[in-house]
Amino acid sequence: MISFVLQRVLQSVLVILAVALIAFSLFRYVGDPINAMVGQDTTLQQREELKERLGLNDPFVVQYGRFVANAAQGEFGISYRHRRPVSELLAERLPATLELSIVSMVLALALGIPMGVYTALRRDGALAKSFMTMSLVGVSLPTFLIGILLILVFGVILRWLPTFGRGEVVDLGWWSTGLLTRSGLAALIMPAITLALFQMTLIMRLVRAEMLEVLRADFIKFCRARGLPSRLVNFRHALRNTLVPVITITGLQLGSIIAFSIITESVFQWPGMGLLFIQAIGTVDIPVMAAYLCLIALFFVLINLIVDLLYFAVDPRLRVRRGRA
Amino acid sequence: MSLLEIRDLEVQFPTRRGLFVAVAGVTLTVEPGQILGVVGESGAGKSTIGNAVIGLLEPPGQIGGGQVRLDGRRIDDLPDAEKRRIRGRRIGMIFQDPLTSLDPLQTIESQLVETIQIHLGLDLAAARSRAVDLLRQVGIPEPELRVKQYPHQFSGGMRQRVVIALALCAEPEVVIADEPTTALDVSIQAQILDLLRRLCRERSVGMIIITHDMGVIAEVTDRVAVMYRGRVVEEGPTAKILGDPDHAYTRALIGAVPRPDVRLHRFPYVDYIEGLAGKPRATLSLREHWLGRSRDFGQAPGRDGGPLLEIEGLGIRFPMNNAWLPRNRRYLDAVQDVAFSIGEGETFGLVGESGSGKSTIARLITGLYRPSTGRIRFAGTEVSALTRDRDLNPFRRQIQMIFQDPFSSLNPRLRVMDIVAEPIRFHRLAGSRREVETVVRDLLEHVGLGARAAEKFPHEFSGGQRQRICIARALATRPRFLVCDEPTSALDVSIQAQILNLLKDLQDELRLTMLFISHDLPVIRQMCDRVGVMRHGRLLEIAATEDLFERPQHPYTRELLSLMPRFDGLSREGLQVEDSGDAASPSARDLG
Repeated sequence: MISFVLQRVLQSVLVILAVALIAFSLFRYVGDPINAMVGQDTTLQQREELKERLGLNDPFVVQYGRFVANAAQGEFGISYRHRRPVSELLAERLPATLELSIVSMVLALALGIPMGVYTALRRDGALAKSFMTMSLVGVSLPTFLIGILLILVFGVILRWLPTFGRGEVVDLGWWSTGLLTRSGLAALIMPAITLALFQMTLIMRLVRAEMLEVLRADFIKFCRARGLPSRLVNFRHALRNTLVPVITITGLQLGSIIAFSIITESVFQWPGMGLLFIQAIGTVDIPVMAAYLCLIALFFVLINLIVDLLYFAVDPRLRVRRGRA
Repeated sequence: MSLLEIRDLEVQFPTRRGLFVAVAGVTLTVEPGQILGVVGESGAGKSTIGNAVIGLLEPPGQIGGGQVRLDGRRIDDLPDAEKRRIRGRRIGMIFQDPLTSLDPLQTIESQLVETIQIHLGLDLAAARSRAVDLLRQVGIPEPELRVKQYPHQFSGGMRQRVVIALALCAEPEVVIADEPTTALDVSIQAQILDLLRRLCRERSVGMIIITHDMGVIAEVTDRVAVMYRGRVVEEGPTAKILGDPDHAYTRALIGAVPRPDVRLHRFPYVDYIEGLAGKPRATLSLREHWLGRSRDFGQAPGRDGGPLLEIEGLGIRFPMNNAWLPRNRRYLDAVQDVAFSIGEGETFGLVGESGSGKSTIARLITGLYRPSTGRIRFAGTEVSALTRDRDLNPFRRQIQMIFQDPFSSLNPRLRVMDIVAEPIRFHRLAGSRREVETVVRDLLEHVGLGARAAEKFPHEFSGGQRQRICIARALATRPRFLVCDEPTSALDVSIQAQILNLLKDLQDELRLTMLFISHDLPVIRQMCDRVGVMRHGRLLEIAATEDLFERPQHPYTRELLSLMPRFDGLSREGLQVEDSGDAASPSARDLG
C-alpha cells in the first residue's frame, strides 16, 4: 500500500517535471524574453547586461533547474501585461475557477447518478426515455452554445439572472467566495449549469451502462434468489459495484472541468484562471501561460492520485492484492 | 403430499417470431431428504424450471400453464412480494459459477448477515454468530476469521461453500442447485457433492440438482428426470434410469458419455438429436485431398523415427509483483522442469486440475509464451531458440491450436470464410483467391459444416459448430501438429462425441500428431496413446494410457482416478481422498 502510494507520487513528480519543461521552453524560447521586458530604445549592451543578470546565458539545465526551483516556491516571474507577480494573479483567480468547477461537478454528480440509476432500472419507462433523449442534446450541443442560449433566455429575455461576472464576493483572507452572497449565487447559476450539463449527461450515460451491466451479473441474480428486497439489491449491491468505474471518469472529468472551463469563463466573463489564460494568450503573456500550464498539470496529477487512493477504499480486491504483495 | 410439486409446468417466451415454449408439460415432485436430478443438454430447459419455481424467470419469460406447489400450497400465482419472501426463506438456490455469485465489494459476513436479518429478523449479534455457524457447517476452516474476508480471498471450492451457506442461511425446505459443480475441479466437485448430500440428509431438505453431467447424477441423486427439448422424456429412480433406460434419448445420452473403463474406437453418436439414425455418414476421403497431398514432409528429420516434438527441462515463471529490489520480487513457477516427447502420429494427453500448468505448456509449444528455461525441439529444430518471425513462421504453420472456448476464439465481425482463409492467406499457401475459397469450402465440408457455412458469421452457429470452425481453421495451414486445449469442455456430451470423433477421423486420415489437454479423464482415455499427469506445474507421471488407467504409479494419479465420477455402479468408497486442490494458491489457479 505505502510502496504503491510512493510509486504513484514519484510518477506524479515526473509528470510535473515534464510539464515544467514544456512550460519552461515556452518561457525561454517562444519569443525573446528580453524583448518582452525592455523598450525599443534599450542599447545592445544593456540588453546583454540584462541577459547576464537574468541568467539567460547560463546552460539550459541550470536555467531549467532554476525555473523548477522557483516554480516549486510558487514563483513564476512577473506578468508582462499586468506588471504583477504571476503567483499573485493566479491566487486571485483560483477561487473563482475552483468554486465554479466544484459546484458544477457536484451538480453533475447529484443529478447524473440518480438519473443514470433511474434509467437503468426503468429502462422502458417514458421518463427514462425522455432523460435519454435529453442527454443526447446535452452531449451533442457545444458548451458555448448552451451558455449563449442560457444568457439569451434567462439574462436577456427574462432578465432573471446576471449574464456576466461573479457578483459580490466575500473576502475570507486567502479565499474570496461568491457562495455567501445573493448576487454571487445568482451569478454562479448559469455558468455552473453550462459547465455541468455535459458532465451530467456523461455521468448519467456511464452510470446507466455500468448499472445495466452489473444488473446482469450472477451475484445480482443470486441476491434476488436469496429473497433480498429490490431496494437492497439495487442500491447496496448493484449501485456500489457500478460506482467503481464511475469514480475514475469523475476524477478525470473534474480535472478537465478545471482545465477547460476556459470556454465557459469566456462566455460568462467569469473572472477565473481560464479567462486569465485566454487573455494571456491574446497578449503573449508568457509567464502567465507557463504558470497556468504547471498549475493545471498539478491539479490533474493530484486528482489522479486521489482517484487511485479512492479505488483502494472502494474495491477490496485491490487492497488485498497489494497487501499480499 | 410432496414437499415440492411441479405439475404440468409450461414456460413460454414471447418473441417476435411467436411464442417460444421453453418447457412444456413438466411434472416433478421432490420429497424431504431426497435429491432429484434434472439432466439434459444445453437448451433443454433445465435451468428454466429452476427459475420458474423461484419466480425469477428472465423477462419476457412467463409461466404459461401448470402449477408449482410448496407443501401443498400453490406458489406460482402469488404476488411478487410474497414470492420474494419464499425465495431464500423456503426455497434456496445455488448457481453454477462461484466466482461470480458473490458481491465482490462486500465481506462474506455482510452478505450473510444481510440475508439472515431479512428472513429471520435476528439482531446483528445473533445474525453474526449464525453466519459463523453456517460457515463452519459447510466446512470452512477458521470461520471466525474468514467471515471477515472478501469473496476474492476464497478459492473456487471455498466460494461455492460460501454460496451454499448463503442459500441455506434461512433454513429453506427446498434447495435448487443449478450446475453446482460444473465450474469446479474434480477433487473439489467431489467435496461439494458430499457436502450437498450431507446437508440434504441432515436437514431433510428436498433438493433439485440441475446438471448436464451424468457422473454427478450417478453420484448423488436418488431420482432423476431426463429432459430433452423442454420435456421430461423419462423420470425414475437413478439406478433404474442409468442402468436400464427406456427412452431412446436417454440411452443415446448415456452412450455418448466417454467411458472411463474401456477404450472404444469411436464414440457412439447421439442419433436421437442429430436425426442421423439410419442415414449413413459420409466418410472422409482426405487421402486424395490437398491437405494430405501437399504437406511438406520433405525437410522433416522427424520422419526417420525420431520424435516430432521434444521438450526438455521446460519451465516458465511469471512475475507476481514488480519490486525495485530483486529480493522482494516474487515469481510464480507455472511450469517447472517438464520433459516429454511426442512421436509422429501420436496423441499425447496432458491431464491435471486447473492451475496445474497444462494450458501454459500448450502456449509455450505454440510460441505464445517464451520459456524461461529449457528447450522445445520440433522436427529436430530448436524452436524455442528462434526469435525472428521469418524463422518462426514455418513452425507456426506446422503447429496449430484449438482453444477451449469456441465462443471467444472466433472474431465475431468476420465471416467464416475469412476466419478460415486468414491463415492460408497469411502463410501464402494458395496461389489465387479462387483457390483459397475452394480450399475453405472443402475444409468446411470436411469438418461437417457444409460449404455454405462460409458466408455466415460465427454467432449464427452453436457451440459445437463453432468448434468445428476452429478445427477447420487449425487445419487450414496443413499442420503436422495440433494442440487441443480442452477442445470439448465447453460442449454438451453429444456434441463432444461428434467433435472427438471428428478429431480422431482427421488424425487417422492426415496422420496428425496431437497434444490433447483435458481435465476430463474419460476423454483422455478415449483419445490418447500416452498421458502425462500434471500438478502444480510439474509433470508427475508419464505412461501409456491403458497402463495409467489400470496401474497408476503416482499417488496423485490414483487420487484423480478415484475421484472420477462414474455411473457404472462402481463407488469410490474405500479410496482415501487426500484433501487437496483447495489448498492450491488462488493465483496459481488463475492461470488455468
